[in-house]
Amino acid sequence: MTTLVNPTPINPVEPFLRSDRMPHIWCPGCGIGTTVNCFAQALIESKIDLKTLALVSGIGCTGRVAGYVKLDSFHTTHGRAIPFATGLKLANPKLNVVVYSGDGDLSAIGCNHLIHAARRNIDLKVICVNNLIYAMTGGQTAPTTPGHAITSTSPYGTFEPAFNLPHLVEAAGAVYVARWTTYHVRQLARSIGEAFKKKGFSFIEVISPCPTLYQRRNKLGDGLDTMKYYKEKSKTKHGAPTSEIGLTMQGEIIVGKFVDRDRPDYSALLKAQMHESLGERYVDYDEEQGYVCADGGCAEDSCH
Amino acid sequence: MAKGRVAIVVERCKACGFCVEFCPTKVLALSSAFNSKGYHPPHVVAPEKCSGCDLCGMYCPDFAIYGYKNPVTKNEAPQPEAEEVRNEG
Repeated sequence: MTTLVNPTPINPVEPFLRSDRMPHIWCPGCGIGTTVNCFAQALIESKIDLKTLALVSGIGCTGRVAGYVKLDSFHTTHGRAIPFATGLKLANPKLNVVVYSGDGDLSAIGCNHLIHAARRNIDLKVICVNNLIYAMTGGQTAPTTPGHAITSTSPYGTFEPAFNLPHLVEAAGAVYVARWTTYHVRQLARSIGEAFKKKGFSFIEVISPCPTLYQRRNKLGDGLDTMKYYKEKSKTKHGAPTSEIGLTMQGEIIVGKFVDRDRPDYSALLKAQMHESLGERYVDYDEEQGYVCADGGCAEDSCH
Repeated sequence: MAKGRVAIVVERCKACGFCVEFCPTKVLALSSAFNSKGYHPPHVVAPEKCSGCDLCGMYCPDFAIYGYKNPVTKNEAPQPEAEEVRNEG
């Protein structure tokens, strides 16, 4: 070991991690840790005050992110990451709320919440790590599993058409939609940073390897083989029509930023409607004092 | 003198090989040694090529490796070895 002239710099990701919980439970070759690196990098680059940041995860392999990051994080019930996040955002509009969950959690059990949050355009940043399968429960067919894939519940191949998540959330009304793979680390970090600057529902899908369940059953090698496949078969097409970017088994993966538009978000719509209906009786959310009553000091307890 | 160097937290490594494969200057290789969990962590084979870009750190799913740039100072003695093994964590 060489003695260093300067003190060793620490891993830039380390301040964002609960180091006492390492090593994590993710399998060798799993890409979720890579997405956490990108997320941490995006936080460093966008210089967000971590006191104004909340991270919400659902259940599943990706749901474990909430337990590993040293941020205010919520590990919620299955599929309900978005409702919890919506509540957080409405109660404290100053917060930057990030939903960090997997495809099974967000697009299967929590799919209704996903599309309704996109429809309402609630100011959430959703990072969906898509490993094409229900990984933590044993490799069952998920709504995102591409055709012909072998899973534990479809031993002769999946025949159900899969969800195309960017298309789904764009149709529902998201203002920012992007897709990357775990191979595209720099692009993903930049994309998460861009999503932080957007006001409204931002959705970033990250395709990630699942070597233990998806790759093994389909004889696709390990995590590294999948990363090489991403490198070889992914094509960056910014602004590609989302209807044409569905995933196929080992086919081409179109990545890039597909949607970047502006729509009034939920709180802006709420404010406009309440001002229209209630006029001066409606008091805006105050940055300093939070929600206050129109009368100032209110005698009735039920008012607060 | 190499522009950068890498630090490896051996005990966190799960030998996925991402850092070895995607290092732009091919600084790393998986070693034949084991860590306590039985994985082969990477080691530095070409320290002089390291640019300190931290792409290994961005790819590492186990937060077990990171690269950093060497400070640019004049009249500094050349340091032949760019590897540093850390056993924490």
